Parts: sequence; C-alpha cells; structure tokens
Amino acid sequence: MNQWKNFSKGFIKENPVFILLLGMCPTLGVTTSAINGLGMGLATTFVLVMSNLVVSLIKNLIPDKVRIPSFIVIIATFVTIVQMVMQAYVPALYKSLGLFIPLIVVNCIVLGRAEAFASKNTTGSSMIDGLGMGLGFSFALTLLGSVREILGSGKIFNIPIYPEDYVTLLFVLPPGAFIVLGYLIYIINKVKKA
Amino acid sequence: MNYFVIIISAILVNNIVLMQFLGICPFLGVSKKVSTAVGMMGAVAFVMVLATLVTYLIQVYILNPLHLDFLQTISFILVIAFLVQLVEIILKKASPPLYQALGIYLPLITTNCAILGVAILTVQKDFNLLEGIVFAVSNAIGFGLALILFAGMREHLDLVNVPKGLRGTPIALITAGILAMAFMGFSGLV
Repeated sequence: MNQWKNFSKGFIKENPVFILLLGMCPTLGVTTSAINGLGMGLATTFVLVMSNLVVSLIKNLIPDKVRIPSFIVIIATFVTIVQMVMQAYVPALYKSLGLFIPLIVVNCIVLGRAEAFASKNTTGSSMIDGLGMGLGFSFALTLLGSVREILGSGKIFNIPIYPEDYVTLLFVLPPGAFIVLGYLIYIINKVKKA
Repeated sequence: MNYFVIIISAILVNNIVLMQFLGICPFLGVSKKVSTAVGMMGAVAFVMVLATLVTYLIQVYILNPLHLDFLQTISFILVIAFLVQLVEIILKKASPPLYQALGIYLPLITTNCAILGVAILTVQKDFNLLEGIVFAVSNAIGFGLALILFAGMREHLDLVNVPKGLRGTPIALITAGILAMAFMGFSGLV
C-alpha cells in the first residue's frame, strides 16, 4: 500500500508539472504534439529511474559537500545514453525534440528527486519514486501536447480528427503553450479541490 | 553571419524565453518584482557570456580534436557548475556589494537551462568565437528584456481582481502567453 502511494503521488497529488511547477522548459518547449510530449516524458522517466537507482546505491559513499556535483555527473551520464540511443533508433523524434534532450540534465525534477528522495531512501522505493514521478511528468506532457495538437492542428497522435480549415494555429505556436498550460493548471486545481 | 542579424534575432525574433522556452524557471520564479528581475538578469548575463566563452574553447580545442563529442553534455554542465562556484567565490572576495546584489541568484543559475542551452546552440550553429560571444550577450539581453517586461506586468497583476482559481501561476502563464504573442509580431523581421 505504502509503495503504491509512493508510486501514484506523481500523477495528480504531487504532479511535477501541474502542482510542483518543475521542469517547465521542456514542458512548454516540446509539447507541440502529443507524440513529442510522450517521447520527452519517457526519456526523462528513464533518466529519473536510473539516476535515482544509482544515487540511492552510492548515497553513503558520496561526501556531503560534493553531493550536488556528483548527482549532476550521474544524471549527465544517463542523459548522454538517452541522447545516443534516441539518435540511433528514433532519429525523427530526436530531431524534433532537439536541444531539449541534452537539457534534461538541468531539468529540476531529476536533480530534485535525487536530492529530496533518492539520497535518503532505499534503492527499491527510490526507483518506484522515479518511475511514478517520470510517468506523472509524461502524463502532463502528453496531456498538454494532445490539447495543443487538437486545437492547433486538428489531430491527435497524427490522426486527423477534424478538417484543417478550422484549426487555431496559435496553439502550436509559443504563446499557445503558455495559455494552454495556464488553463490546465487552473482545471487541475479545481479538480483537486472538488 | 551578420552580427546585426544575430543580435536582432536573439533579442526579439527568437527570444530565448518567450520563443525558445529556455530559462522558464527563473522567468516564473523571480519575476514578482522588477528589482529582483534586474538582479537575476545581471547574474545570468555574467555567467552566460563566461560559460559560452569557456565551453566554446573546450569544444574547439579539446572535444573536437580528440573526437570526444559525446562528452559534450557532461563536460559543459560540469564547466558551468564549476564557473558558477568560481564566480561566487571571486565575487565574494573582490566585490562584496556586487556579491550582495547577485549572490542569492548565483546558485540558481547552474540549473538554468538558458545557460547550457546557449552554450550548446553556439556550438550547433557553427559560430566563431566572436559571433558566439555576441550571440551570448544578445541572448542575455533578450532574457533580461522578457524578465523585466514580465515583472512589470506581474506588479500590475497584483492590483487587479483576478478570478479566484486563476490567481498565482495560471494567470502568470496566460500573461506570459500574451507577452509571447506580442513578441510574435517581430517574426519576419530578419
């Protein structure tokens, strides 16, 4: 039960995007379509789980003073792995996410979970925490990407749902990202209170 | 590459915050007052230019000749973290007033994606050293411009009667969206 709570808190209750407001740059930057949002979310999830795993394994070996730089090196290692794997197997997605893949290094969620959770907890629960947070992040990005894709290009996951003549292009352009996220946070807050 | 094009494009057309979504955390976090926004802008500009200079030299003289391109992400982030620490220590000794003004913002800068983003973009766009520095300076100005404009708008927002659920972050994001819309008017300028 406890582990389930640990896993599920990332979705709504402590959702990194909607509630904690972490990792806003990729959230706004890559969500022009649902598939981009999902891809970015899963890449971040991998980095989160693996860095939580390694941090929780070696937490007793790292001196307190060089804690943060060591975490950053661990995270950067996994980001480099993701970068190379994506470049090799999903080049189209790699290209459309562009700069935001190396920037997973400076995503506050990853460093935040390493510092706040993995450096204090056991390996098992750290990985579950990373997985829950990562999937919560993916959920938020996919939701934002879907809304923007439906409103801005009349499609979802590249499947057309209504004619392109009726789309509001603004929503796939930068201003649309801010506006849709603003209203989504508003709706989530309403739902959480109800 | 024309320097004028680099400057106008980085400040207005491809504004780093509003069009490229880099450095959103400080953009939302420290934009409640114009005075803190100015402080943050100073710290970011300082580290951004220095980091771009150093990472460029590392890329050209160490990573490229040794074919270690895959170490780019790790080495750049380490250099930035190191530089931020160094700047903090030097400022503390050399110029206490400046340290007082920038101090609290400096640790935040390591995880500011605008810094790493500009460093990587400079390498990706094949700029030479001078172009890279001009690019970094213009991006720092663009960051400051967006931050200060937004802080000014948020100071006004405090005085307005916003619908209850939208208070705080949601209305700030929608305001940023409208600001981004205004910046879209610059597209096609270069």
